Amino acid sequence: MNIAVLTKQVPDLVEGVEIDASGKAVDSDSIRYILSESDDHALEEALLLKERAQARVEVFSLETGEVRDSLYAALAKGADRVVIVATGAETPPSNHTAAKIFASVLQGLSFDLILTGVRAIDDLDGSLGGLLAGYLNLPYVGLVRKVETADGTPMAVVQKEYPGGYAAELEVKLPAVLGIQAAEQPPRYVPVSRLRQVMKTAKVEEKDAAPAEAETVEVVRMFKPEEGGGAAMLSGTPGEVALQIVNVFAERRLVR
Amino acid sequence: MGTAQYPVTPETTAIFPEITNIPDLFRTCIQCGVCSGSCPMGEVMEFPPRKAAKMIADGRAEEVLASNTPWLCISCHACQVRCPSQLLIPDGLFPALRSAVMAEGKNLEQDLQKALQNTYLYGNPMGISPRKRTEWTQTAGVPVPIISQLKRPVDVLWVVECYPSFEPRNQEISRKLARILNALGVDYAILGQEERCLGDCEWLAGERGLFEMLIERNIEILNRYQFKEILMTDPHSYRTLLNIYPKLGGNFAVKHLTVFLAERLEQLKPLLKKRVNATVTYHDSCCLGRKTGHYDEPRAVLRAIPGLELAEMIQNRESSLCCGGGASTIYLDRYIQERAKDRLADRRVHQAAATGAETLAVACPFEPSRFEDAVKLTGQEGKLAVRDIIELLAESMELA
Repeated sequence: MNIAVLTKQVPDLVEGVEIDASGKAVDSDSIRYILSESDDHALEEALLLKERAQARVEVFSLETGEVRDSLYAALAKGADRVVIVATGAETPPSNHTAAKIFASVLQGLSFDLILTGVRAIDDLDGSLGGLLAGYLNLPYVGLVRKVETADGTPMAVVQKEYPGGYAAELEVKLPAVLGIQAAEQPPRYVPVSRLRQVMKTAKVEEKDAAPAEAETVEVVRMFKPEEGGGAAMLSGTPGEVALQIVNVFAERRLVR
Repeated sequence: MGTAQYPVTPETTAIFPEITNIPDLFRTCIQCGVCSGSCPMGEVMEFPPRKAAKMIADGRAEEVLASNTPWLCISCHACQVRCPSQLLIPDGLFPALRSAVMAEGKNLEQDLQKALQNTYLYGNPMGISPRKRTEWTQTAGVPVPIISQLKRPVDVLWVVECYPSFEPRNQEISRKLARILNALGVDYAILGQEERCLGDCEWLAGERGLFEMLIERNIEILNRYQFKEILMTDPHSYRTLLNIYPKLGGNFAVKHLTVFLAERLEQLKPLLKKRVNATVTYHDSCCLGRKTGHYDEPRAVLRAIPGLELAEMIQNRESSLCCGGGASTIYLDRYIQERAKDRLADRRVHQAAATGAETLAVACPFEPSRFEDAVKLTGQEGKLAVRDIIELLAESMELA
């Protein structure tokens, strides 16, 4: 079984995000990129499938930020091949464009499963997986939390999450694109010594992607959430606190 | 395996032993069992240290690696200081076991994994941006100079470390220490945003590569500046910088705050104006006590506070009971609690309460939150307060 995992880098919210002078985009100078969390889960699910079904795992990542670090980490975790998809673009593409780029890269290659994170924090125009499945004319299941395959059958059984704690088991014909919500276990840890060894010895391939343009949404304005006034702490005996709460409700005319 | 720049010597091999080195490093083990008998976690370990060492020597390492043993050592050093063969048990056997478990690619406990990943990405286990490392100084009320901005040598470089920089309860203690240093007229500075974790937890957790990475970076940064000595409040980092860094090429004069203050008692005493009328019992942290032998200095500083009476717990000095948070086990609380009969911090708080003291004094940034939780869990709330020595001093100096 051959599995492709599609990943991308997203702004690291720990380091903070600023909006650029145009007011329509994130200031790329202010940010540091890290691997998108649900892409990390897609990789983990692929590695679990590899352990269970001797699959081959190839990771393709758009060329954004410190993409090499996350690709070396993928190799250290057990991926068989990692590829940077070079687009020449200075800013990360929209998902419509990214889907076209990945479709052109994957066209003609033979993969049984294409796994990607079901969403990323910087998604503006839908889920990459669904768009890609459209371009490749393959079935797509999103919000997947478990994937099982059986030898000799061209089918996979996947668990898909629904709101309210529900889940469904679906059979999907392969090849298929899956949007991973969460892997069956948290993404595994890579000891730094192994990561550094891989950085010294392993190879990250680069593949030029044909320029792609796709219809997408236009950002009119980007802005930070307005900050609230903060919380007030009430203190005193339970009786006193209860009275203060009643007074707050009365002041705001929430009770009569 | 590593990529660090230090020489490979028997000494560095002993700091980073592989599980395959253990039979050789433990060839003088006489199987006396003092380690297992001294270990506060020994009764819970499937293979206490004596048995674990023997099993590895007998080629049965796999069973030890699959057991609960690797993750139950809290690195309190009760075993290591008593071992008649002076074997490196929490400093050698356990990091080797943990490294071997990590090398198997098994999933780690999520809190520990997150702490290690955060330290790799951001240089602190909390996963906070390094840019926020100096935010605590803004409300210190006194200048807290940053050495790169001073552009001159200083007497004292205060390496603040992660918990005192980022954790709210400890930030308050850091601000008080800044006021104390200011009142003492100490010529000091901090590293500011350049500072990164010194790596004690990472080393003892068996994350050798991460420790090497931190060491390389920290030695390079510390070598950039001129200072007479390094001042630290975190006993874990203090111990690592004092005893481990020199073996890996980092030689710095380093002092724990309690030692630094004990040397300045005559200057300090006239500033201790306000009486602190309390009976106080002092908890010897493992890193300041058994690992570096500072039993008298913290007590001398406490005794200098007018009105303060010292009471000793049943386990004190060399026999002090660990809070249960060393060697990264602060991130394994859940794992340990599921296996242990009780929490060591709770046991320790019972001992503190039994002295009749109303204050439990500490000198380690892990302890305020650990013991305050234990105070609540053991029903001592309102009866026993947990206070850092710095807080007691600041109160007496009227700097609070």
